[in-house]
Amino acid sequence: MTVEEPLERRAVISGIGQSAVGRHLGRTGLDLTAEACLAAVADAGLTRDDIDGLATYPGMGTGTPGFAGPTTPEVQDALRLRLNWHDGGGEGPGQMRALIAACLAVGAGLARHVLVYRTVTESTAQGAGGRQGIGGAGGGGGGVPRFSGFLQWTLPFGAVSAVNWIALVAQRRMHEFGLTREQLAQIALNGRRNAALNPQAVYRDPLDLDGYLAARMISTPLCLFDCDAPSDGSTAFVVSHRDYAPDAPRQACHVNAVGTALRGRPSWDQFDDMTTMAARDAGASMWERTDLTPADVDIAQLYDGFSILAMVWLEALGLCGRGESGPFVEDGRAIARDGVLPINTAGGQLSGGRLHGFGLIHEACVQLRGEGGERQVRRRGGGPPEVAAVSNGGGPIAGTLLLTRGQA
Amino acid sequence: MTADGPAFRLLPRLEPENEFFWTSGADGVLRFLRCAACRTYVHPPSPVCPECLSRDLAPEAVSGRATLVAHTLNVHGWIPGSEPYLIGLVAIDEQPDVRLTTNLVGVEPEDVTTGMALEVTFEPNDDVWLPLFRPADPS
Repeated sequence: MTVEEPLERRAVISGIGQSAVGRHLGRTGLDLTAEACLAAVADAGLTRDDIDGLATYPGMGTGTPGFAGPTTPEVQDALRLRLNWHDGGGEGPGQMRALIAACLAVGAGLARHVLVYRTVTESTAQGAGGRQGIGGAGGGGGGVPRFSGFLQWTLPFGAVSAVNWIALVAQRRMHEFGLTREQLAQIALNGRRNAALNPQAVYRDPLDLDGYLAARMISTPLCLFDCDAPSDGSTAFVVSHRDYAPDAPRQACHVNAVGTALRGRPSWDQFDDMTTMAARDAGASMWERTDLTPADVDIAQLYDGFSILAMVWLEALGLCGRGESGPFVEDGRAIARDGVLPINTAGGQLSGGRLHGFGLIHEACVQLRGEGGERQVRRRGGGPPEVAAVSNGGGPIAGTLLLTRGQA
Repeated sequence: MTADGPAFRLLPRLEPENEFFWTSGADGVLRFLRCAACRTYVHPPSPVCPECLSRDLAPEAVSGRATLVAHTLNVHGWIPGSEPYLIGLVAIDEQPDVRLTTNLVGVEPEDVTTGMALEVTFEPNDDVWLPLFRPADPS
């Protein structure tokens, strides 16, 4: 345990907001962002004039169409914010790097109330076309670009999507740990059950094991239901100094610790342990910053852009033993809303929508605040959860967050 | 029948640091950068040895033999016209922490086993020789 209090513990999430979420909404990223941001500011009991910090992931010009939402200059100007601190970027501990940066800025006194957002319009950007791989892999002909950096090592071999890179992780886990498709299915089925109780979720129709097993393969052993779907939506938070918590109209969610480590090689195919990758380091580094332990976690919102990632995260966060996530989820009971460790209570990304990590943080706050309605998790004794673990990322990208209902 | 790869190959941009690697197959030999000081193979190519920080690195031939770490059969049609193809992650025999993402050829999905012995074979595309891997000849 650390002697000094971690700086991030001075921060709370005082407000949360989410735009409409769906497929093919046909709205601009800035429009969705404004909706989410204004909702978060109001939820925090603040006005636009109180906001003096702004942060986002991934910032300017990154990724395939619809992947990067509006930049911080665009949002600053749209809301005419007067900022003491601002930050946007795509490199760091997972998508939540923007939230972590905001916590540190608040802790350092650079800002008092930071608006943090993540916006995707990947569904609308695709239009009627099919999903593309990274690099926009298309047909041949003249003018086809060539690739540098990491993509040169994967695209020539048709490993054009993250699903290909992650399928290798899943297959390796089948080899090392005896993971089965039936176990993997439980992540998808659990998400779908929970999404049925989340009006914002993109996929709410019932899904059973037979339906899962009958789905078409994408990249073995991952099938259609192991992959999240491009969605449209924006999620926003207000990160405030904890001094503000007593004045916030809603229950503030206290940041207990963050996990940011990346000790292995920052690479999808060169990382030393293919069964964990960076989740191992981000998970371990979070527990090095707190007296809380995995046994204290009441709920977990685990990144499930692909089902296998949620299983990797269960182990990386110490919520079950190494290699034991398969048996842990086996019949779905442990991870259900009334199980020993409810996960992805709003449907995760698989059924809730690909809000790229931020939807998971949002749901952690909803649950800690006791505002989950039909899907609210109750601890023994009836109260809402006290401790929530959240993870973002897959492969060499990983960040974690430990939130508590009160000040731990 | 499983294809050797996607119907269309997206290719690397040849640059001073990577050109030796992507053209190495012209004479049928796989090469990696190797540190003259501590003999570490370095991949992807880098101007500095990550072990001893020496900058004395040069391409060196390896046997082309490798072990399969993980594999997947890509089924989804990311690239139009493609039949299912096998993607493998292989560790080279000389230094298993050097890995390549590649295509597995000359083998059907049901015959692929994690840990199987493989050997390199090159597929020329324009000015690039892609290193693919097939089951090793036991001889």
